[in-house]
Amino acid sequence: MTSPCLHYCKTCSVRRQVLVNKGRIIMAFVLELKGITKRFPGVLANDHIDLTLEQGEIHALLGENGAGKTTLMNILYGLYQPDEGEIFVRGQKIEVHSPNDAIRAGVGMVHQHFMLIPVFTVTENVMLGDESTYRGGFLNRAAAARQIKEISEKYKLAVDSSAYVRDLPVGVQQRVEIIKLLYREADILIFDEPTAVLTPQEADELFKIMKSLVAQGKSIIFITHKLREVLDAADRITVIRRGKVVGSTTPAAADQRKLAEMMVGREVMLELDKKPAQAGEAVLDVADLVVLDDRQQTAVSNVSFQVKAGEVLGVAGVQGNGQTELVEAITGLRPALSGHVSLLGQDITHATPRQITELGTSHVPEDRQKDGLVLSAPLTENVVLNTYYKPPYTKGVTLQPAAILQTANDLIKRFDIRTPNAQTSAGSLSGGNQQKVIIAREFNRPSRLLIASQPTRGLDVGSIEYIHSRILEKRDEGCAVMVVSPELDEILQLSDRIAVMYRGQIIAIVPAAEATKEGLGLLMAGVKQETAVTPVTTTGG
Amino acid sequence: MSETEQPTNDQKKNFTRVLLEELSSQSVLIPILAVITGLIIGAFIIILTTEEVYEAWATSPWESIKVGWSAVNNAYTALFTSAIGSPTRIINALQSGDSLEIRRAFNPFLESLVASTPYIFAGLSVALGFRSGLFNVGAEGQLFMGAIFAAFVGYSVKGLPMIIHLPLALLAGALGGAIWGFIPGWLKAKTGGHEVINTIMLNYIAFRLSEWLLSGPMKRPETFNPVSPTIEESAMLPRFFENPIRFHAGFFVALGVAWLVYWFLFRTKWGFDLRTVGANPHAARYAGMNIVWVTILAMSLSGALSGLAGANEVLGVNHNLALAFSAGYGFDAIALALLGKSHPFGVVLAALLFGTLRSGALGMQLAAGIPIDIISVLQALILAFIAAPAIIRTIYRLKPSASGEDGVMLRGWGEG
Repeated sequence: MTSPCLHYCKTCSVRRQVLVNKGRIIMAFVLELKGITKRFPGVLANDHIDLTLEQGEIHALLGENGAGKTTLMNILYGLYQPDEGEIFVRGQKIEVHSPNDAIRAGVGMVHQHFMLIPVFTVTENVMLGDESTYRGGFLNRAAAARQIKEISEKYKLAVDSSAYVRDLPVGVQQRVEIIKLLYREADILIFDEPTAVLTPQEADELFKIMKSLVAQGKSIIFITHKLREVLDAADRITVIRRGKVVGSTTPAAADQRKLAEMMVGREVMLELDKKPAQAGEAVLDVADLVVLDDRQQTAVSNVSFQVKAGEVLGVAGVQGNGQTELVEAITGLRPALSGHVSLLGQDITHATPRQITELGTSHVPEDRQKDGLVLSAPLTENVVLNTYYKPPYTKGVTLQPAAILQTANDLIKRFDIRTPNAQTSAGSLSGGNQQKVIIAREFNRPSRLLIASQPTRGLDVGSIEYIHSRILEKRDEGCAVMVVSPELDEILQLSDRIAVMYRGQIIAIVPAAEATKEGLGLLMAGVKQETAVTPVTTTGG
Repeated sequence: MSETEQPTNDQKKNFTRVLLEELSSQSVLIPILAVITGLIIGAFIIILTTEEVYEAWATSPWESIKVGWSAVNNAYTALFTSAIGSPTRIINALQSGDSLEIRRAFNPFLESLVASTPYIFAGLSVALGFRSGLFNVGAEGQLFMGAIFAAFVGYSVKGLPMIIHLPLALLAGALGGAIWGFIPGWLKAKTGGHEVINTIMLNYIAFRLSEWLLSGPMKRPETFNPVSPTIEESAMLPRFFENPIRFHAGFFVALGVAWLVYWFLFRTKWGFDLRTVGANPHAARYAGMNIVWVTILAMSLSGALSGLAGANEVLGVNHNLALAFSAGYGFDAIALALLGKSHPFGVVLAALLFGTLRSGALGMQLAAGIPIDIISVLQALILAFIAAPAIIRTIYRLKPSASGEDGVMLRGWGEG
């Protein structure tokens, strides 16, 4: 595109901006959002947001959780109606009242959680809900399969149309979602936090696909809060903070530090200054542990490891490789089929959660809303959720509201929980503050073992920084720490040793100093070091 | 609320603010609007079911409206005077100074309290279940069991002083209900059998059991009617006035129990267990609570409260056990607990409303010729509006409450 110049198209009835390049007229913006404003009770979620998307670009929308990214995209996708503002697609003003309107205008969205039916084949999933595939009441599978094959080849997606979705790896399932949109002839694709469920290799693969899509004329909006990905994949970056656009930049003109500052509005420490670990005696000892999942399938098979006082053991792995069941078994929430777990030399394999807590375990659960908090209850009750029955919170059989309130107020101050007061229900706090409530509760008692599952899931850069430094503080106090996370950045930042879980097994434990992102990524995909010399393709299917 | 602690100034302020917030956040407003809306729609139903309105239509529409209005007016006036009492009669009685006349004037009001008493017990029973995430549909059966146990202790144990016999009979009633609550609680905790199904089934067993007992083992020997012997005087809940005023000590026992339930739920560690299991069983497990124990405890306590409702009717009102002595108190209690937002104090208020409506309905039927079923319709309407607050919000254009806690108490449905 050499020296493009802007003028108005005279041939169209609508006045619109066009770009003239070497005599060919192309639209300047495939998508333009003008002054989008959305108010929720008490919150201005989007404040006059302007956003443009050029033909053939990957435009990253970067912002903390709650900045308004998702609201904006839901407006574009027809799930919300804006209070003010206009949407133009290829210069034409459109009204989007439902996702169907959006799809008709060529806008498609790859959701964070896939909308696929596991027991259907790829073809069936793609045809689902698209009436053009019905011929006189019958499904025209062959034609659809042919079309899917064409799409798959054209954009190098490598998806087998006859495979059942349940048999496909997550990365391939995501590509099925992309095919669904391409099949419906969408040319503006929105990716909502697409890498959350992928290994680093799968994420790289996805970025390649995104680039091949834009090379063939599609345009992409890429929503994320991960700085590295933005720099890797985007052509242009727009940063949103508290519902407002705070700036636009390009990867060439920005670095992680600058983006983080734009996102949070202040300087952020991306690297923690971490003292070397002073590892002591083994606090947690897991030997040959076997655990079943809810469907009675082996989720954890013969896992053995130790966590020592004063060190952080990071457990890496793609979600769903047995980490959840492992943590549940250690904390007494799930029975162990065989094997042993001991805490400070005491066998806790069959102990109850309360016994394990009383022996000095703190547990930050994976799902804070399901397990960690009672959302309808006030903060006062949530901060004593697992100590309420002991003095000073209970005397005899009666609760002591004054003591509980005092603790709550103290924790709100010390852990900087943003809440109107201690009587506010946990459910009305933001995700970051909910997590702080759990962290405050679990860190407030002297513990010998801290198990933190995905302690920063869905949190913004500012909260992540805070929680990470608290976890390291706990380590430096001599607590044994086990951090489970699918985020490699988090694992690498916090851990002294890293265990990688794959299909229920710990396939390697490596010292953090020797670990690299690439090496861990391969281990997370199940490739052991010795076989890692041969090139590996993650394109399954 | 402040009996349990010495409230500091700070807490007191907090309490007033919380009360105001509650009011504005519609958890109080909605039940009130629901009652008003129910009465308005009830008025239309009264008009539509009054034949005179149709007859008057022949004269003129205006005449028909007048007749309709007077029908509604009569009905609701009769409802009011037979539920609360006629103001003129009360004033006249007070002026005359005749004690019998005063008692008679106040009798409708006292009779409403008598009708409210079993509602309080049964409502507390269902509310305690809701708070623990359990849907106790078996209050009626537990009430029958409580009545059977209380009646048996009431007539078979002889020669005890009242101070021992009466509490013993009440406790027996509580025990009977508790057993009938324990069974579905135990089944739920140990086998996962859903309490809704099991309590419904146990209701039938309790009804048929009472029929069998009354036709045989517990039948009064000198009669052919299926009625138990009259209980000993030492087991009767004392009445405060002479016949025919039936107002008895059970009402105050009910208020005391309501306070006790409040104290238990919100001021003890066991109550904390119950409420946490009810609000989020996953978090309760994570926090180390024993869900099996809590489920069994909650169902047993819930059963005991319903059992007290049955005992109250036997020891305070009927003085014997008869067939079908309960007019569905245990089923109305579900509605009541919802109306009272599963809070003990809310339940007391809702029980007073239901008791008043029921005792007024009788008078309405006698005085205004409006069928007693209208009251059931009214109750059903009020309940529908409570259970679906969206209707009331739409009618009165209220904003949805920010906390979104509607229906929290029904969370027990369908969860394992």
